[in-house]
Amino acid sequence: MDHASTIGHPAGGAHAHTHAHAEPGFLRKYVFSVDHKVIGIQYTVTALLFLFFGFALMMLMRWQLAYPGQPIPLIGGLLGVANAPGGIMLPEFYNQLGAMHGTIMVFLGVVPLAVGGFGNYVMPLMIGAPDMTFPRLNMASYWLYFVGGVIMLLSFLAPGGAANSGWTAYTPLSNIATVGQTWWLGGMLFLILSSLLGAVNFITTIVQLRAPGLTWGRLPFFVWAQLVTSFLLLLAFPALQAAAFLQASDRLFGSSFFNPSGLVVSGQVLEGAGGGNPLLWQHLFWFLAHPEVYVLILPAMGIVAEILANNTRKPIWGYKLMVGSVIFLGFMSFVVWAHHMFLTGMGTTISAFFQTTTMIISVPSVIILSALFLSLYGGSIRYNTPMLFALAFLPMFGIGGLTGLPLGLASADIPLHDTYYVIGHFHYVVAPGTVFALLAGVYYWYPKVTGRMMNEMLGKIHFIGSFITINLIFMPMFIQGLAGMNRRLYDGGQQYAHVQDVLGWNLTMSHASWGLGLFQLIFIVNFFMSLKTGKKVDANPWRATTLDWAATTSPPLAHGNFETVPTVYRDAYGYSVPGASADFIPQHAEKA
Amino acid sequence: MLEWFGLPQGSAHSAEIDYVVDLTHWLMLVLCVGWGLFFVYTLIRFRQGANPVANHHGIKAVWSKYLEGLIVLAEVVLLVVFSIPAYNARVAAFPAEPQSTVVRVVAEQFAWNVHYPGPDGVFGRTDIRLVNTDNPLGLDRSEAAAKDDLFTINEFNMPVDKPVIVHLTSKDVIHSFGLPQMRVKQDAVPGLVHSVWFTPTMTGDWEIACSQLCGLGHYRMRGFYTVQSQADFNAWVQEQRELMAP
Amino acid sequence: MDMQIPYTIDTRPDTGLTNPKLGIWLFLASEVMLFGALFSSYVLLRWGGDYWPNQAEIVNIPLATLNTAVLISSSVTMVMSWASLKLHDFSKYKLYMGLTFLAGVAFLVIKTIEYNEKFSHGLYPSTNNFIAIYFLMTGLHALHVIGGMVVNGFLWGPGAKMWKTEPEKFTNRVEVAGLYWHFVDLVWIFLFPVLYLL
Ligand code: HEA
Ligand code: HEA
Ligand code: CUA
Ligand SMILES: [Cu+2]
Repeated sequence: MDHASTIGHPAGGAHAHTHAHAEPGFLRKYVFSVDHKVIGIQYTVTALLFLFFGFALMMLMRWQLAYPGQPIPLIGGLLGVANAPGGIMLPEFYNQLGAMHGTIMVFLGVVPLAVGGFGNYVMPLMIGAPDMTFPRLNMASYWLYFVGGVIMLLSFLAPGGAANSGWTAYTPLSNIATVGQTWWLGGMLFLILSSLLGAVNFITTIVQLRAPGLTWGRLPFFVWAQLVTSFLLLLAFPALQAAAFLQASDRLFGSSFFNPSGLVVSGQVLEGAGGGNPLLWQHLFWFLAHPEVYVLILPAMGIVAEILANNTRKPIWGYKLMVGSVIFLGFMSFVVWAHHMFLTGMGTTISAFFQTTTMIISVPSVIILSALFLSLYGGSIRYNTPMLFALAFLPMFGIGGLTGLPLGLASADIPLHDTYYVIGHFHYVVAPGTVFALLAGVYYWYPKVTGRMMNEMLGKIHFIGSFITINLIFMPMFIQGLAGMNRRLYDGGQQYAHVQDVLGWNLTMSHASWGLGLFQLIFIVNFFMSLKTGKKVDANPWRATTLDWAATTSPPLAHGNFETVPTVYRDAYGYSVPGASADFIPQHAEKA
Repeated sequence: MLEWFGLPQGSAHSAEIDYVVDLTHWLMLVLCVGWGLFFVYTLIRFRQGANPVANHHGIKAVWSKYLEGLIVLAEVVLLVVFSIPAYNARVAAFPAEPQSTVVRVVAEQFAWNVHYPGPDGVFGRTDIRLVNTDNPLGLDRSEAAAKDDLFTINEFNMPVDKPVIVHLTSKDVIHSFGLPQMRVKQDAVPGLVHSVWFTPTMTGDWEIACSQLCGLGHYRMRGFYTVQSQADFNAWVQEQRELMAP
Repeated sequence: MDMQIPYTIDTRPDTGLTNPKLGIWLFLASEVMLFGALFSSYVLLRWGGDYWPNQAEIVNIPLATLNTAVLISSSVTMVMSWASLKLHDFSKYKLYMGLTFLAGVAFLVIKTIEYNEKFSHGLYPSTNNFIAIYFLMTGLHALHVIGGMVVNGFLWGPGAKMWKTEPEKFTNRVEVAGLYWHFVDLVWIFLFPVLYLL
């Protein structure tokens, strides 16, 4: 957290507090801080590091997929003989990397960044609150996340390495897996507790601490997205918690919740009572994990909506419709989970039910995306870096979402299930979708946090390079998937005759992924360099309407957010109001 | 569409499955192109240089309601008319066993054991306590019904144009029995028996692809399957019987 | 810090809630999902598996009935302790809160006897899935009891100092702790028939 000290300079005159008191010590201020802004920064930086780490794991895997069985250049020797003797990756290690890439990206990267980072920093400012309702729980939430993340990282050092049964950890495979799986369960428990505390805090904050005049109908869409997300976290995660307890019991105490009777593993009859049900795990897992994917997308939609409104200089189209859709989406996401399980032996009634709910849930997504597209019409569009990333989100999420439709139809899912088509589908929603939205958010709120802009030139290079390379990675996945190439193959499908024609794409995709990595270095340089050299700006550089921009530039840490509690007089998107003198009217500007 | 990518329609129901895939992709294409054009147009037409003052009210788009209605309608049709019936035919409308080729397939890390009932059409009893390297299925050879049973490893032969019923299970972890050219894929779940059926309509040699992560050898859990004429199939059965004879 | 977070004690007029009250209700909603998931798993394992023992032959129904009585009484004393504060009778509060705590102790002692009985009969989670889920669910419930006792013990002991400085806040705290305690009680009311009687 060493750079946080450069972030937290109090802007002039912000020290408006009346009673004198001792400045909190360094630890209290920057490490064990209870201020939502510090916690937000902690979450952001930690999550960005995890994102990068998860990406690094994938860059390693992409070597093996492009050049199966060839020694990994440069760092191959450093991976240890247990993982990559002679620099050549073993299948055991590939599976660890795959499981941990998925786990890290979802649970340690995107969600903590989208909710813990942006939610924590921006949301209280946006609703005019002095802080979260429970600042100490907020701090605990971050540290539980941190510990969970450390456990996950250390699990690579466990005997037999990290968890290796996919991020989905299907039983009985994960029941008989090496001890890394137990570490994974332990790490998950910390992450679940962290998100529980976070979710309670977010909801109470939004319900209780809205500034005077900030009625539900005036809440920025971003806040609605965070609210629904928090409900999903609150109510869906316990299912995985239960599943983790059951699996921990199987692994540590010899119960057989997920082991049916009569298992024979490598010629040996498995000890234990048996009588369990391997599919129970899948139901519990997907009961969490389907809502979880909306946890990945909703905050991204919230960020994009704010940036679009700001940079088209007009309100988002159909605010009420979007709010209604996002609430409906939240409800529906609890009843579609088994569309991940069509091929586990499902009868006609159940499959018909889940196909139907899946088609129904696509409707609110279609509405939200259409509304965002329509919002552009009539705008006066400024093409700055955050806007470019936010704009790119739209077609990218569109492609990802549309490719969800054939997967949701059980009959079309038969050839597509567990192929690269699925990998392509969800990466389009999470990578050029959510990750782009999050990057847009970093560029957009950076001046709020630091008082300085990020470099536009570098930002645009970062955008164009990322946009091209990321499509080169994920577009060919649809081709490979339609050709029947399975996912989670250590050698990238080399063995199989029917995919020989599409194997060449593996090279393109891998090279593109390393290219994507290089363009991220530009971002990292920009991120740190701009702390010192970025252009200094005032409190509202984007000329935005929402309350987060009403606070001072880089609001002083741990002193409440506003000099006076703002009162809200209008809706969130007072852009280009006919007859107004400026092209934006802040929410807290009094009626003339 | 899947044939373009190298997967022949090898079974009677392939066309039906592919049709759902194709139709959905047409819908996707239309939406993608339509919204794509709209997107590009607005980006150019409403850039700050061309439109310095934004319109607070934006578009009055009644058509978007109709569009959304149409998408919903298309999804309903895809669902009710095509997908649900196609899927239900896969999991419910089984042909009669006597008129079909019936096999048991038992997956294990990392191989496919295929068990044919032999001429009597009855599978011999299996018992996990009898499992060993020579007897991967744990077949009770002392039983009468088991005497004529055949089993192979990673080799699955079947006659063309006759329904095939596969009773699928697993000995250890979850695998998935994928025959890409037959548009067949079904998880093999230990402790449960799932059945799939299809009618191969094309002769050829292809591969069984394990489609569920099942451990470090998942990538090489490949079997072979052959669809052949009835005569070739009979000859193959004979050959196997001779190989298995003590 | 000198920032003031509103509605920690008084209710927000338009929502009619205090922050801690809303917070605890949300937390309990999450807990409902947790135990709900475990009860659903129980149903699936029992009626989807191939073997389930006769529960009544394994569990100790008299002890569990006793424990049910203990826990329900403790819910009553918990309410009484809160009511005493409302009536500004601090010593009554101490008495009832102390009794609530002791009831927790009694519950755990009885639970320990029950567990030991299982172990001495050689019944472990590896024996069969009924025993396993019995241990898991009652164990998780016992952890919740312990958590509640930590809170109650704090409010009885060191935390009670707050009564002098901020009586209203303290009363709210006791109320929130009470909501949690009733929930733990309620979970037991479901566990008892499911694991012992059905
Ligand atoms: C953010 C994450 C996210 C989101 C939002 C979604 C959204 C959707 N997902 Fe996806 N999904 C995942 C993440 C996500 N998914 C993950 C991680 C997996 C795999 C997990 C694993 O197995 O490891 C998965 C897997 C998955 C499966 C299982 C596949 C299988 O294993 O066989 C299914 C099946 O129904 C499915 C369906 C859907 C549907 C119908 C939507 C719908 O909500 C989508 C609705 C959106 C639209 C319909 C778009 C509308 C578009 C327009 C209006 C115009 C477009 C314009 C242009 C392109 C210009 N998903
Ligand atoms: C949120 C989820 C998420 C995200 C963002 C990604 C991002 C990426 N994923 Fe991942 N992936 C999964 C979730 C995700 N993935 C899951 C769940 C699986 C399934 C696992 C399983 O099988 O169990 C999977 C599997 C998976 C596979 C299939 C492996 C297999 O089946 O064998 C592949 C193959 O190419 C892949 C590639 C990539 C690539 C190239 C990216 C790139 O898009 C990465 C882009 C990353 C960035 C752009 C990072 C940006 C961050 C920074 C630059 C940090 C800067 C730091 C500071 C400033 C401090 N992923
Ligand atoms: Cu067997 Cu994968
Ligand atoms: Cu899903």
